[in-house]
Amino acid sequence: MASQTAATVRRVGVRIGLRTVVLVYLTLLLVCPLALVLYKTFENGIGPVIDSLTTPSTQHAIQITLVVAFWAVVANTIFGVTAALLLVRHTFHGKRTLNALIDLPLAVSPVVVGLSLVLVYGRLTGVGKALAGIGINVIFSIPGMVMATIFVSIPLVVRAVAPVLEEIGDDQEQAAATLGAGPVQTFRRITLPSIRGALAYGVVLALARSLGEYGAVAVVSGRLVGRTQTLTLLVQERYQNFDQQTAYACAVLLVLTAVIALLVSRLLRPKELTS
Amino acid sequence: MEKGTLMGFKPTRRAAALVAAGLVSTLALAACASTDAPAASSSGSGGGKPVTLSLVAYSTPQAAYEKIIAAFQKTDAGRNVKFTQSYGASGDQSRAVAAGLPADFVEFSLETDMTRLVDAKMVDPSWNTDEYKGMVTDSVVSLVTRKGNPKHIKSFEDLAKPGVEVITPNPFSSGAARWNIMGAYGSQTQTGKSEAEATAFLAKVMSNVAVQDDSGRAALQTFTGGKGDVLVSYENEAIFAQQNGQDVDYVVPDNTLLIENPAAVTSTSKHPKEAKAFLDFVRSDEAQKIFAENGYRPVSKTADTAGQDFPTPSGLFTIQDLGGWDAVATKFFDADKGIVTDIERKLGVSVEK
Amino acid sequence: MTSSATVSGAGVGLREETHPSPPGPRRRLLQGKSTAVELSLVMTYLSIIVLIPLAAVVWRSQSDGLSGFFHAITTPEAASTLKLTIVSSVLVAAINMVMGTAIAWVLVRDKLPGRTLFDTLIDLPFALPTIVAGLALLTVYGPNSPLGVNLAYQRAGVVVALLFVTLPFVVRTVQPVLMELDTEMEQAAASLGARPATTFVRIILPNMFPAMAAGTALAFARSMSEFGSTVLISGNIPFKTQVASVHVYNQLESDNVTGAAAVSTVLLIVSLVVLVALDMLQRWAARRG
Repeated sequence: MASQTAATVRRVGVRIGLRTVVLVYLTLLLVCPLALVLYKTFENGIGPVIDSLTTPSTQHAIQITLVVAFWAVVANTIFGVTAALLLVRHTFHGKRTLNALIDLPLAVSPVVVGLSLVLVYGRLTGVGKALAGIGINVIFSIPGMVMATIFVSIPLVVRAVAPVLEEIGDDQEQAAATLGAGPVQTFRRITLPSIRGALAYGVVLALARSLGEYGAVAVVSGRLVGRTQTLTLLVQERYQNFDQQTAYACAVLLVLTAVIALLVSRLLRPKELTS
Repeated sequence: MEKGTLMGFKPTRRAAALVAAGLVSTLALAACASTDAPAASSSGSGGGKPVTLSLVAYSTPQAAYEKIIAAFQKTDAGRNVKFTQSYGASGDQSRAVAAGLPADFVEFSLETDMTRLVDAKMVDPSWNTDEYKGMVTDSVVSLVTRKGNPKHIKSFEDLAKPGVEVITPNPFSSGAARWNIMGAYGSQTQTGKSEAEATAFLAKVMSNVAVQDDSGRAALQTFTGGKGDVLVSYENEAIFAQQNGQDVDYVVPDNTLLIENPAAVTSTSKHPKEAKAFLDFVRSDEAQKIFAENGYRPVSKTADTAGQDFPTPSGLFTIQDLGGWDAVATKFFDADKGIVTDIERKLGVSVEK
Repeated sequence: MTSSATVSGAGVGLREETHPSPPGPRRRLLQGKSTAVELSLVMTYLSIIVLIPLAAVVWRSQSDGLSGFFHAITTPEAASTLKLTIVSSVLVAAINMVMGTAIAWVLVRDKLPGRTLFDTLIDLPFALPTIVAGLALLTVYGPNSPLGVNLAYQRAGVVVALLFVTLPFVVRTVQPVLMELDTEMEQAAASLGARPATTFVRIILPNMFPAMAAGTALAFARSMSEFGSTVLISGNIPFKTQVASVHVYNQLESDNVTGAAAVSTVLLIVSLVVLVALDMLQRWAARRG
């Protein structure tokens, strides 16, 4: 009896200890900085914040950010589902390499992302010049920014969807195949619904990452005021011009969007996929 | 209670789905909407074919150019001219133009950023053969201190004193830092010290540098954020900080370096006539006065200094006195053999554990 | 019973290796054709956006020949900055391995109040622009720290910034594994008299290990490349607190594109090696467990 109590006490002690350590770590690392950002934004009330968010340059930046993020997320979602299906449902040589390659963008510094895209698609290089010749400007224009944003968020949808695909197995799809369903039909009616929740989560993560990217986009954007300035670029420029109010307001807008999107994706997750 | 649902109520999931749909359609609408919105302060007026000039400059004159452009568009020459504007670190901007960023009019903080474009055949080599040698604004290397100058900093010599924390950006990423360092170095050689003594002095100053931000503006932020006793910076940056409510004072040392900022019309410009008209306007008294209001020293001798106090240091010297930027860049800032590289390495060996 | 989303490749494709399903003729046919199509689509996309640009960087790094390459990465600055970056990344990865797992544990196993809020906030480092993260960290842990903790302008500052941006990785890979972990084995072990510590080490840990390894690899890779948030709080002092990506930036600014490309190539190779090594480690661990 006594040893059982001792064991229980130890277990409770460990649990409380662990909880404390985790809470302290999260508070120091995550909550404090976030609270500070919120405090500095709303220090002078909500009026200045609204003012900052409705200036023409902020409005333009919001629009450009949404456009770039939208296309980047769409592209990466299509890629993500395809790659996940490929990695999970198929066997082929070099699968392990592909797996590592997909994670590689995480390891590339934003400076290098920008540099690499300019080296290949800059307006004075072979490819860039050819594209410019037919009217498609990549670098220093929206397409280049979309590419840079795609680059940094490539792994996110794949990694959200793949484990779920693996977990649920392909029995249903095989059954559908034997019943005569074509691959597209199977995909639309069986695969897609089953990964809906994970896909939503991956999309939201990709969106959050796309909204928050700075370094890579900065290099390829050309910093054209009102044309290729995303919210993160605006945050940087406003802060450097001692307009901290606008800088923090835009930062909070980005964070708030991400948090809302994350909460929404959690709520959208179908009940069957939660344990 | 199931994870991920709120009390298991279906209406919440429906609401969430609606929010999601709303988000997605907003994104889609934004994506389909035209992003060719004209930049603020860009449209001219009146008849005739409108011309769009692309202005690419380093970051600090942004406020000044916005006003100068507006003034230009009120003149005959500028009536039909629209502008796209781009501002960023001088080196970044120069490299962007070299990589194909369309530009009709460029201004940089450092002559080497212009030379890069000359080498890339984007700016005519004769850009600096006019009476202003290609420059449009001047400034001086100054020492920014806390309000009231509690450490009584008067000259570069004070930067080498023990216990003084100096803020200056990293000379390998910031043009501003190069002006600063040459100012410190020149303050010695121009007052009779030998090169060896000046180099030793520089080493002492750099050992007092507490933080090396990547740009001049970032260094200013670090200083106004509370770090350091003195910031070495352009005079116009100090004035800019004061105009934005920062509690700083600044000192123009007797022996300091004249900062000259180059501008030019690109040879790849599709509208050379209008671009040249703009460049001429930028040197006109009207535009130079706007620059003065923003803390820059006019190059035009007849311009109004808008009430700003621009003291002339008794021992003012120029980069030409030190050999010109091309020679200085190699001698001091070469990544392998530069004098400053060497100093940083020696410091690093003692600092690195 | 399925897992919620993760951000890792933990055990991807492993199921096939450990439980291969007998291929029917129709399945093989379907697989063969669509594999080729999907693979070419995926590779084209990756090539256009990632592989060709990165190859251009690697190519550029040897434009001064192999000797130029080695020279660029062995200058005192490059060597120092590479060492600092790799050491910091290893340290950060290690801390994340422990704390990330602890956080995932508490989020899954413990009925913590405010769990949903914390769970959502974990993904925040993805959304926060690096400059904002850097500013926030500097204000909280810099000279004007309200907590009285000043880590700025030292290596500790670099580590804190890196810990912030890598927070989600290990948590998100371990969480789903923990959630679907069958507690029957633990209960059986407990009923047989095993102490919780033993159960943890012998049953839970081996099951979590592939996911931990995957998340740690990602955290390491991310640390190697981080730029924005470290610059502010580190003070960027050469030989002391200057990380490799900032060194690359400086080289670019000094028109030394080749040198910048060389150091970037080294960073890429190190990350690729770590990613592959940890991937192999996962498979070995999964096969054993």
